[in-house]
Amino acid sequence: METRLADWIKGTTQGDSANDILRACVHCGFCNATCPTYQLLGDELDGPRGRIYQIKQVLEGTPATRNTQLHLDRCLTCRACETTCPSGVDYGHLVDIGRAVVESQVRRPLNERLLHWLLREVLTRRGLFGGALRIGRALRFALPRALHAGLGEHRAPGAWPRRTHARKVLLLNGCTQPALAPSIDAATARVLDAIGVQALVDARSGCCGAIRHHLHDQRGALQNARRNIDAWWPQLDSGAVEAIVINASGCTTMVREYAWLLREDPAYAARARRVSDATRDLAQFLGPQLPLLLRCVRPASITRIALQNPCTLQHGLKLKHDVEQLLSALGAQLLPVDEPHLCCGSAGTYSLLQPKLALELRARKLAHLLHAQPQMILSANIGCLLHLAAGTAVALRHWIEWIDELIVTS
Amino acid sequence: MLLPEFDIDESRWSGVAEAPAPGRQLAVAQALRALLPADCVLSRDEELHPYECDGLAVFRQQPMLVVLPRTETEVRAVLLACRRLEVPVVARGAGTGLSGGAMPHAAGVVLSLARFDRILQIDPAARIARVQPGVRNLAVSEAAAAYGLFYAPDPSSQIACTIGGNVAENSGGVHCLKYGLTLHNVLGLRGCTIDGEPIELGGCALDAPGLDLLALSIGSEGLLLVVTEVILKLLPKPELAQVVMASFDDVGKAGEAVAAIIAAGIIPSGLEMMDRKATAAVEPFVRAGYDLAAEAILLAESDGTPDEVADEVRAMERVLQANGATAIAVSASEAERLRFWSGRKNAFPAAGRISPDYYCMDGTIPRNRLGHMLKAIERMEHKYGLKCMNVFHAGDGNLHPLILFDANRSGEWERADRFGADILELCVQLGGTITGEHGVGVEKLNSMCVQFSPAERAAFFSVKRAFDPPGLLNPGKCIPTLARCAEYGRMHVRHGQLPHPDLPRF
Repeated sequence: METRLADWIKGTTQGDSANDILRACVHCGFCNATCPTYQLLGDELDGPRGRIYQIKQVLEGTPATRNTQLHLDRCLTCRACETTCPSGVDYGHLVDIGRAVVESQVRRPLNERLLHWLLREVLTRRGLFGGALRIGRALRFALPRALHAGLGEHRAPGAWPRRTHARKVLLLNGCTQPALAPSIDAATARVLDAIGVQALVDARSGCCGAIRHHLHDQRGALQNARRNIDAWWPQLDSGAVEAIVINASGCTTMVREYAWLLREDPAYAARARRVSDATRDLAQFLGPQLPLLLRCVRPASITRIALQNPCTLQHGLKLKHDVEQLLSALGAQLLPVDEPHLCCGSAGTYSLLQPKLALELRARKLAHLLHAQPQMILSANIGCLLHLAAGTAVALRHWIEWIDELIVTS
Repeated sequence: MLLPEFDIDESRWSGVAEAPAPGRQLAVAQALRALLPADCVLSRDEELHPYECDGLAVFRQQPMLVVLPRTETEVRAVLLACRRLEVPVVARGAGTGLSGGAMPHAAGVVLSLARFDRILQIDPAARIARVQPGVRNLAVSEAAAAYGLFYAPDPSSQIACTIGGNVAENSGGVHCLKYGLTLHNVLGLRGCTIDGEPIELGGCALDAPGLDLLALSIGSEGLLLVVTEVILKLLPKPELAQVVMASFDDVGKAGEAVAAIIAAGIIPSGLEMMDRKATAAVEPFVRAGYDLAAEAILLAESDGTPDEVADEVRAMERVLQANGATAIAVSASEAERLRFWSGRKNAFPAAGRISPDYYCMDGTIPRNRLGHMLKAIERMEHKYGLKCMNVFHAGDGNLHPLILFDANRSGEWERADRFGADILELCVQLGGTITGEHGVGVEKLNSMCVQFSPAERAAFFSVKRAFDPPGLLNPGKCIPTLARCAEYGRMHVRHGQLPHPDLPRF
């Protein structure tokens, strides 16, 4: 498409990136076909092509309004459009740039700013969040239904393996997952242990930064990124660990983004690139280890599985088939799921900020997941897991927990 | 020759860029808001701007208003109001069209049918689907797959384009050579006239009594009525499909081979041609395994029972060899068949990857003139200083030259535009037409002046007036005004000769 960027952004890093992305778009409209919000709302303004147009308008000098902000807020950043786009438009980065510009031009009303601040400061602090969660679970009956999705239920994590191995990887010292579902990290460590890989967690690392990033706190997100790079660097640089392995695909996507986010930071650009390159989603890491894994599992008892492929996994990381292949090889019968490309509505903090659309998408996703009557639904991301679990009685687990059940301890 | 007397009528709304009178937007918006829920009427500049163009983004015009109704009752109410207030109405589906057919009118309303996205019924016994116009083309085949059926027309944009848009443009696709265009796969439709009157054309049977107004409506580019429901014909999915890929060292020979296949009585389910520039552009992205040394390749598909396919593939191989193919490969598996097609299917986007903008042309010529046309296009590349890669629905003589340009460089679009018009004029000279499946829209108005005589043009307007007396439905599209043709003729003096010396000049 033709572009005429305004002088105030022309020639800047953001401006140049945005211009390159906009020029790749040929306005064909294929993206709308797989956009969840366009499917629900049927308005050009709520599809990727229209959002690109609105961002272009702002970058070309038309002041943004609350309305522009609304249509950008409604985007789940699921990036299904990127998978569909035949011209390779890098929508995710464009919408980041667009949102930041709009945020700088349009002041949100106080209640929104307060909610964003609260989510940023509570969710990303482990101690604070853990405490709030315990209170929330105890007072579940008194909370609005929209918040129930975020509460989950407590499951005992089980023992953390004590063996040491020559092969080592770093796990993310996540923010909400350890409090919400400590069993996921423990299961990850046990499965890795079974194949002779020791999982380390560096206490100085923490939230990947995605929450702040989505809640328009770019500076805070970059601080999270720098803190993690500092924490991981010694072990990574010395070769003590072979990879950074992350078991929440949303966080994997964010850490893989460090290279792009810090590309202009002379002190961190090179290390950010190394960190991003060394980061693997758990499925990606375990795939090549399948022969080792097959030696230490027993046949599965729960086999009728519906897999929910999180958007961050299939569109963000382009790892559409990795979990499927792993589970099938271990004896899962993966049931057909319609519209597998559509987001479940969780999308980070989206389910809390856009509850109406999120619940519509959840209902649609659950109908597809439950269609073939699975014994269990498996996901690869903590956000999707909790969001979906609040809408069904069928058991929902992280796929690594299903594999953990199969491990025969030697 | 007698000139038409209703010249003033036809040009009344033809200026799609003519701004509405002051205060008009507010008055019309108020009238429409009284009829529709609040989220169904868009009137702010920033909301209207993203609707300014369809898939052909070089033609842009911000509308006065956009309406997004959900029910037929709402559509009727909008049409009645627009009729009463004399407001032009431009219907829009997914906005994927490539001739600017859904480009808005400055003083008009864009009537989006995107929210009409329900498949109402699939009847496997009758092999029909009843759908709303905003249903995506591919969604029909996906829903029909459960019954072993499919909907045949498959334009390249089938993932996103809507059935309503397909009806408006009479869309085709790779498989239309064997299975026909939209026209041959729609049994009936329901719509509204500009008077808000419901109208049903055709039905569930193959023929309907009276004049065949259904055929007249398909491909009418939103000039006659607004479609609200469509009955589609579904076909059984063929058991097997195989693709023969043939290389040629000369584009002329490839063109002859296409004509020879059809002359041999074979109707492939797809017969496509790509020139060397096109294969070179797509191969790095899709790795389809194309012969990059070949001047042109042909992809010929056969479908049916395994026996039928085996026979037809052998017959096609014989014809291709006899016509000088330098190499022939036959897909051995479904995966390989899809790989052979992947390059063709991705040709347009691949153009988008090697060039900031591309202009996709659409014309037809007799099959045996393909070689002639390709050589002429090569001369035009030098004349206009722009590159052009060529992908053709060769079997039905439908050309899609892709002219590559950069819209940010001043003058390049104008050169691409003239390049395209030259190609279309040559199409007419060779005995072909100026559109194969994309429609005329706003893009090919000038070329219509080349294709049709003033009397024919006047006859088109008479048809439009019969359906839409006030001329409010998609005005300024598809049929050029007399004044426009005269102006175009004046600009296009060739060899000291006006192309249409019989037209009065202004």
